[in-house]
Order: sequence, then structure tokens, then C-alpha cells
Amino acid sequence: MLKIQNLQAGVEGREILKGIDLEVNAGEVHAIMGPNGSGKSTLSSVIAGKEEYEVSGGQILFEGEDIDELAAEERAHKGIFLSFQYPVEIPGVSVTNFMRTAINETRKARGLEEMPANEMLKKIREKSELLEIDRNFLSRSLNEGFSGGEKKRNEIFQMAMLEPKLAILDETDSGLDIDALRIVSNGVNKLRSKDNAVIVITHYQRLLDYIVPDFVHVLLDGKIVKSGTAELAHELEEKGYDWIKQEKVSN
Amino acid sequence: MELKDKLVSSFPAIGDGADTRSTLHRIRIEAMKQFEYKGFPSKKEEEWKYTSLNALLKSDYSLFPEGKNKLDLEDVKRYFIHDIDSYRLTFVDGRYDEELSDMAHEGFDISLMSTAIENPEYREVIERYFNKTVNAKDSLTSLNTAFLKEGVFVRIPKGKLIGKPIQILHFSTGNGEALMLQPRNLIVVSENAQVQFIERHQSLSDHEVLTNSVTEIFAEKRAVVDYYKIQNDKLKASLIDNTYISQEGESNVSVHTFSFGGKLTRNNLNFYHRGERIESTLKGVTILGEKQHVDHHTLVNHAFPNCESHQDYKGIYADRSTGVFNGKVIVEREAQKTNAFQQNNNILLDDRATVNTKPQLEIFADDVKCSHGCTIGQLDDEALFYLRSRGIPTKEAKALMMYAFANNVLESVRIPEVKVRINKLIAKKLGVDMGFDGE
Repeated sequence: MLKIQNLQAGVEGREILKGIDLEVNAGEVHAIMGPNGSGKSTLSSVIAGKEEYEVSGGQILFEGEDIDELAAEERAHKGIFLSFQYPVEIPGVSVTNFMRTAINETRKARGLEEMPANEMLKKIREKSELLEIDRNFLSRSLNEGFSGGEKKRNEIFQMAMLEPKLAILDETDSGLDIDALRIVSNGVNKLRSKDNAVIVITHYQRLLDYIVPDFVHVLLDGKIVKSGTAELAHELEEKGYDWIKQEKVSN
Repeated sequence: MELKDKLVSSFPAIGDGADTRSTLHRIRIEAMKQFEYKGFPSKKEEEWKYTSLNALLKSDYSLFPEGKNKLDLEDVKRYFIHDIDSYRLTFVDGRYDEELSDMAHEGFDISLMSTAIENPEYREVIERYFNKTVNAKDSLTSLNTAFLKEGVFVRIPKGKLIGKPIQILHFSTGNGEALMLQPRNLIVVSENAQVQFIERHQSLSDHEVLTNSVTEIFAEKRAVVDYYKIQNDKLKASLIDNTYISQEGESNVSVHTFSFGGKLTRNNLNFYHRGERIESTLKGVTILGEKQHVDHHTLVNHAFPNCESHQDYKGIYADRSTGVFNGKVIVEREAQKTNAFQQNNNILLDDRATVNTKPQLEIFADDVKCSHGCTIGQLDDEALFYLRSRGIPTKEAKALMMYAFANNVLESVRIPEVKVRINKLIAKKLGVDMGFDGE
């Protein structure tokens, strides 16, 4: 589904990603772990199409197509979803209105009719129940005055509504208490299927107890330096990243 | 001939059958003298520093258009808020059009200014209220007073709640020439009475139109008045709107100004407090493009204790459009416990668009809460990316953000159909087709 080859990218002339290779297939969950500043958020932003990042080498193939030239919205239309580390507050746009606009614009781009209002309502009800979201919440302005946990739950709610093929969860666990973490993970797990894939970006192993990855990759200084199974996450939790750095140096 | 000279020599008060001994006649003579003395305001005056009338004064306006063009309701219906039950007063080229109007009413006065000034029955009320709120030194107001001819006269008796909004529509057909129109409205809302107005000036031709309108509103004790101004005129139409509001104790008056069109629009909105526990609300959404210009000049004069005023103006400026917000708040020494809030936020979509925003607070009382804030910025890229990453294309995402930016001004609109109409106008002005539903 996603194939990243020797990706090099940066911002304002500063190279952050220094040759990433990653392949994610349908049905898989990949975790990308790494210390601060290793390039995790840059990688997710580049995949989602944030324009201030410049790709200087390599390529990103999504379902076989090079997406370098595609705008963020076009990538969304193809089924790429990014759950933001810091969701933006947009006063005056209700969660419901936002979701309706996003879904219908996506459908329009795919040559489909607008979703009928009753179907939309039903879907909103189902998905908000899945994320244990209160109805009042849906008429509030998007992310405005939301707690950290509410913002993250709202991100996964959006994911549930948009049903992406590839979801990238950027530090979705940060700022979550244990209950919110359970709700969010439960939501993600229910959305997993053999047809979609998830990339979980995180500092900590904690989230991976709930969303169990098939593969774990360690990102250090803009490169994936080690890949393994869920076991690797536990190892990192125990030993930190230093041993990998040393391993890398000694190699 | 210069416009000023043309106006002075056309002054209608003498020889038009007016009763030369009446108070009204004296007021008009005085007003004419004032205009003759001061002339049109120029950029040298502080209050007109950013708005020049020069270009408008060059046209050879017809001051008293002969006859009026016939309009079909079907053709102009779209300029009304037509999906609500309302009273309609329609003027075409300055003259009342009965066929386009619907004034059937009872229990209060809704009539024409021409009737009110000619009918002895109204002499007392005219003498008591007419021209009593205005700034007599303002030359444009004086000019309007001197040329007093037509407009709307509304008087709501004590305790009467008017269930339907009153729509005031001014059409200009041009009739093949440039037009100058000077409507004059007088609205008296007695104790405990309530009423809503919707006002619009609409040119139907490609000729220049200059409207110099004056509206006086008297809100007596505990009266509630909502006034909505929809300004979405053609690119050759200009409007100078002078609105004067006098409020007595515990009254509540709101004015919303939606400025989306026209060539040059100047809104002089003045609130004077004459009692305690008054609430005044002044809100506006301005969305301009091309070379359009809108100037909002507001004044709230807090003269009594325990009153509140809320001002919130949002502006979005594209292309070479220009905007002005000048918000003056005076809190007199007696006006303790005043709450006065003022906010003006602007988004510039283009390097060539400009806004001049100036809060002007003159506070002479010491126990007051006054705040003001103004911002000029661009759309937030981070927020834009967020919306786009959810599949909303750039254009629609920008529109959604701009809509959101202007939205809190709409929250205080109390007529749902007006809110829907404004939503549609905003979407149209922003060039998108989206299901804004006023949530």
C-alpha cells in the first residue's frame, strides 16, 4: 500500500529525513519509535503532504503511485489520513459541519454524490458512540477549548468517519490519561481490517500494549536504524535508545 | 458645475410649497447653511483621512429623478428577505412604490416621511423627534436634512411588540443617468416596545448612484430594536449611511452591518445614551474584493452609569480593497460602571489590500471596564493544512476558515432567515458552494 524509498526531506534547507525506506501493506500495523528530533513528525507530515517540507530525494508510492506532486487534499481523497499531534483549534466550525464538509468534498473528488443527511447522521452517531463522544461535543467548535484527551479522541473520530486506507497516528498517546488511551486504542482496533493499514508514531511503548503492531521501526537522526516485531518496543522501553545508538556507531 | 454648487442652487425648501413659518422649514434652512459653509468632507479632516469622496463628486447626478421606472416584484424579489412574513417599504429612485410594498398594519404608525411631515396629525411627533439626535455639524447629515423629501416614518406605541420585521428597500434604476438619493428615516420606539428592521440599498443599473442616507432611531425606556443593514450593492453604487441612535434607560439596540458590495460605503453609526442600564450592540462583517472600499465609523457615547456596549467588526479584504474601522467610545465622568467592549479583526488575503483600524477611547470615569483589540492578519497555514488533510480543497478550506472567522458576528442575529441569507451571501462572496447551515 505504502512504499517509501530512500526518502530525503527537510524544511528550510535543513535535511531531517536522510534516506527512509519503509513498506507498509494492507492489514498491517507499523510502529515508528524514536527520541525527540529523530524525524518522526517530519515523516508523517511529508506523507500527508505538508508543503513547507521539501522532498529532496527518493519517493513515496501510495498504491503504486508517486504522490510527491499531490496536494494534501488529494492525498486525503486517495485515503491517507493523519491524526495530528497538535490538532488545530478552528473557532466557528462545528465538529459536525466540519465532518460533513470533509466527507462530501472527498466523495465529490471520488465522483460520488453527497452523502444523504440521514445516512450522515447515522454514521456520526455510530462513530461517536465508538469513541464514547458526547453528542453536545459534536456541535462545539472544532477543537476549541477541548482538553488534550478530547482532541485526540476527536482525531480518531474523524478517522472513523473518513475510513482511510492508511492512517498515521502521530503521537496520539501524548496527553492521554489511561481511560482516554483505552477508548482511543479501542477505536483504532475496531477500525483495523485486512484492507487498511496503520502507522503509529510514538515515544513510548505504552500505546503499543493496546494497539499491537506487526512491525516496529526505530527512527534515529532521520534514518530507520532498526526494525523488528512488537518485542522490539518492549526492549526499547527497558533499555532506552542509547544501546541502538551505540550499536549503530559500532557497526 | 461642482456638485456642491449644484446642490446649493437646487435647494428645494423655497418655492416647493413648504410652510415657511414651520419649525421644520427653519431646520432645513439652517442645515442648508451648514452644508454650504462646510461643503463635502475632505481627507484633510481627521474623520475622513482614509476615505475620499472626491471621485464620487465628479459625476453629474440627477438630484430629483423624474418619474420612476416600473419594476416587477418578481424581478426584484430576490433582494428582499422574501421567505418571511414582513412589512415592506420599497422605494424606486427615491419614490415610494406601492406595488412593491406591503404596509398593511394596525396598532402602530408605519408610513412615509413625506406623509409624516405634511400631515398635521404628526406635527407634534415630528417637532419632538426630527433631527434631534443628529450631529448638526456633520455636513452630509445637514445636506440630507436640507433635502428632506422621502423615507420611512415608524412609531411603535408603548408596549407593542411588532411580530414581523420591517424591510426597507431602496432601488435605483438609474433611468439613464447618475442618481443622488437622500432617504431620511425616523423611527420612534416607545417604552417596552420591540421592533426589527432590515435595510438594503440596491442599484439595478450600471449608472453611478450616490446615496446619502440618514436614519434617526429613538429607543425609549426598555425598548428593544434590532437593525440589520445588508450592503451588497453594485460596483458603481456608493452609500453614505448616517445612523443616529438615542437610547433611554434599559433599552437594548443592536445594529448589524453586512458589507459585501458597493464602490464606496461609509457607515457613520452613532449611539447616544440617555439613561441607565442600556445595552448597545454594534456588529459587522465586511468582505470586499476588487477596489471596493468600506469605512466603519462608530461612536458610542456613554453618558450614564451601568451601561454596556459591545462592538465586534470582522473584515476580510481581497484584491485591492480597502477598509477602515474607527471606533470611538466616550465614557463621560458620570458614566461609572460602564462596560464597553470593542473588537476589530481583519484578514488580508492580498498584498494589495489594506485596512486602517483605529480604536479611540476617551474615558473620563474611573470605575469602568473598557477593552479594545484590533488585529490584522492572514489565514493560519497550520489550520489550513489541517482542513486540507481531511480532504477539504484549499479554496473551500479558506472559505470555511473565513466563514468561521466571521461567524461569531452572526450568532447575535435574531432573525433566522437573515442569518441564512447572510450565510449564503458570504459563501457567494467567497466563491464557494458549501452547505453553511448556520450552526
